Amino acid sequence: MTSTPTSAAPPLLKGGGKGSTAMLRKIRKVALPYGYLTPTVVLLTILMIIPIVMVVGYSMMNNVIMIKNPVFVGFQHYVEILTSDAFRNALQNTLFFDIVSVVVHLLLGFGFAMMLNSPMLGKVTKSIFRTIYVLPWLFTVAIIAVLWRLLLEPTGVINYLLMTFHLTTTQIEWLSNPDIALYAVTFINIWSGYPFYMTSLLAGLQGIPKDYYEAAEVDGASGWQKLIYITLPQLRPIIIAMALLDFIWTTQQFALIWMTTGGGPLGTTEMLSTYTYKFAFSTYQFGSAAASAVIILVISMVLTYLYVRAQKVKY
Amino acid sequence: MRKKVWASLAAMVAAALAFSACTASGSTTSTSASAGGNVTLEFAQWWEPELPAGSLRTLMDQFEAANPGIKVKLISGPYASTKEQVVAGAAAGTMSDVVGLDGAWVSDFVKQGSLTNLSTAMTDAKFDASQLAAQVKIKGSTYMIPVANFVYPMFVNNDVLTKAGISALPTNRTEFAAAAKAIAKSGTTSGWILPLDTATPNGIQNDFMSWVWASGGSMLKDGQPNLVGNQGVKDVMAFVKDLYDSGAIAKGTFTLKEQDKVNQFTNGQVGMMVDSLAHVNLIRQQNANLKFTVAAIPTADGYTGKGALPYASWGIGIANNSKHQAEAFKLVSFLMGKDVNAKICSLAHAFPGNTGAVPDFVNNDPAFKQAFDLFQKSNLTNEFTGLPVAEDLMRSFDNELQKYLAGKESADEALTAAQAAWTKSFAA
Repeated sequence: MTSTPTSAAPPLLKGGGKGSTAMLRKIRKVALPYGYLTPTVVLLTILMIIPIVMVVGYSMMNNVIMIKNPVFVGFQHYVEILTSDAFRNALQNTLFFDIVSVVVHLLLGFGFAMMLNSPMLGKVTKSIFRTIYVLPWLFTVAIIAVLWRLLLEPTGVINYLLMTFHLTTTQIEWLSNPDIALYAVTFINIWSGYPFYMTSLLAGLQGIPKDYYEAAEVDGASGWQKLIYITLPQLRPIIIAMALLDFIWTTQQFALIWMTTGGGPLGTTEMLSTYTYKFAFSTYQFGSAAASAVIILVISMVLTYLYVRAQKVKY
Repeated sequence: MRKKVWASLAAMVAAALAFSACTASGSTTSTSASAGGNVTLEFAQWWEPELPAGSLRTLMDQFEAANPGIKVKLISGPYASTKEQVVAGAAAGTMSDVVGLDGAWVSDFVKQGSLTNLSTAMTDAKFDASQLAAQVKIKGSTYMIPVANFVYPMFVNNDVLTKAGISALPTNRTEFAAAAKAIAKSGTTSGWILPLDTATPNGIQNDFMSWVWASGGSMLKDGQPNLVGNQGVKDVMAFVKDLYDSGAIAKGTFTLKEQDKVNQFTNGQVGMMVDSLAHVNLIRQQNANLKFTVAAIPTADGYTGKGALPYASWGIGIANNSKHQAEAFKLVSFLMGKDVNAKICSLAHAFPGNTGAVPDFVNNDPAFKQAFDLFQKSNLTNEFTGLPVAEDLMRSFDNELQKYLAGKESADEALTAAQAAWTKSFAA
């Protein structure tokens, strides 16, 4: 309900009413953006800030969750983790897994995207290849893990083919041999992730104006020169953004490793993610698990910062 | 205006109180009482998906009919997610009233104060504990009662054994090694399969330590780790290494999981395995033509003592945070009753937790009859039950065993390293 000022009202009050309305409008104007932000801020607080603060708090407590009165131990868990051989091993494996995955994802994705963008292929051929190439992206991690476990079994299809074509004389233990298990899981990750690059780069390639290539041809540029001086510079923002995102996602890869090798054999495929999981759900050391998770968070935040900076450069 | 301010403040305080009340109630109990005075018990377990569809619900309906005023809400999931759910519930104080337990979890939950002392509950309810086949105790008090027991005997593929020229089932390690090597030489089939995947390291319990226990050995002394200089464990390590080096063990052993073991045996790719009796039906469903025999795990040469069968259980316990302890124990009593227990075990193809219960499959099926005879003749052993961070103990031993098999360290070095890891876990 609203009330309308009557003509009998004293002039002072009338003037005061106008003033307060103006004040309300001003407050509303200032508050309006905050009102729009409120749902996001509330959600971010509940879903991100509170859990992160809790995990950081847990990382400084001893036997947190498992005992009712945990003790504050400061950075003890961080010191233990950062100085442990197991962590260094997991970090090295994760770096290898990340770098090789990202580089090969990029090369494969770019190669396939170039092929699908080539005018030398007909529409039908392109559609067939596009469907085939994108298939790995359609499978969930669980299916990918089971599929490749079956294929790479010592008695599996891969070994059968290799032995049939006399490329090997013995059954290779792809996932169980400590010398090759890391390469095997990296290969699986590469297989499952390249379509992301392929589709994004294909979209990028299709967005490059044809005029550039026509002008280059007029100038007598070779195919290689067109690639170096037109295609790659045009795709650079996409490549940087995807490489950083892929690096973040690959660092956090857990399910694939857990379901194929579990971090073994002999810790050769142990990643930061599996290392952290074992702290939490195998030894119930939630304080150490939280510290390890915070370390992964810091690494991810550095990468995220680089990603955001790259995006700013783009726009 | 002032009234509006006070009203707003009062509303905010009321909302805050309501919120905190909700939070508090959520953190202390998972039960609910309906308007009609009914108590609803939550029962978290992984059994329902593993039993025939609807069978556990039918039993709960029977319980509800026999106990008016008590309802049971089943919270079911696969084993691994149930474990994570129970761990999280125990941490947050929101554990379901009645929980399905694995013996390997009990010590940690008891340390956390999440489980009710069932010794006291049994006394209060005047429950006859003598009818129980086993109880998992920590410091003299019972915290878990095994409802159904799954023994792990040896499975032998009859055709593969015959093809390898072996006429009798191996009863000692020498005979087993000879049979495994003969099978491996006779074709593309492996003699034995040993899953040592570290993600689920229960192969150490079921497929490795079972050989130690079968010959009266132990990995503990006075409840503490006893690996260094333990001849029983060392002998089994040497026995396994000999089979591994000779190629009698299925390839890929370091990352094989339990399901790989069952699959390869079912497909006829492996001659022998140590496995849960619960998989008999699965093997038959997947390969109806497979002829196999269930036998005792071979013992050390010359061993004349009583054999031991490793086992795993579907255990049950009550959450300390449950507000309806008496009702929860009624459900436990119901499940441990002679007839109901026999019914569950019949459905699960397990051996009963009630000494008087006889599941019907025992008399109808020769494979189960063989296993039941073994069950009655053997000591049921699982030294990992009730140990702290049992899965981590298996994993640390697994890592050392893998290094030993890969030739990266000696048996003594492996046992010393495993003992150090175990001692640290026990001390923590």
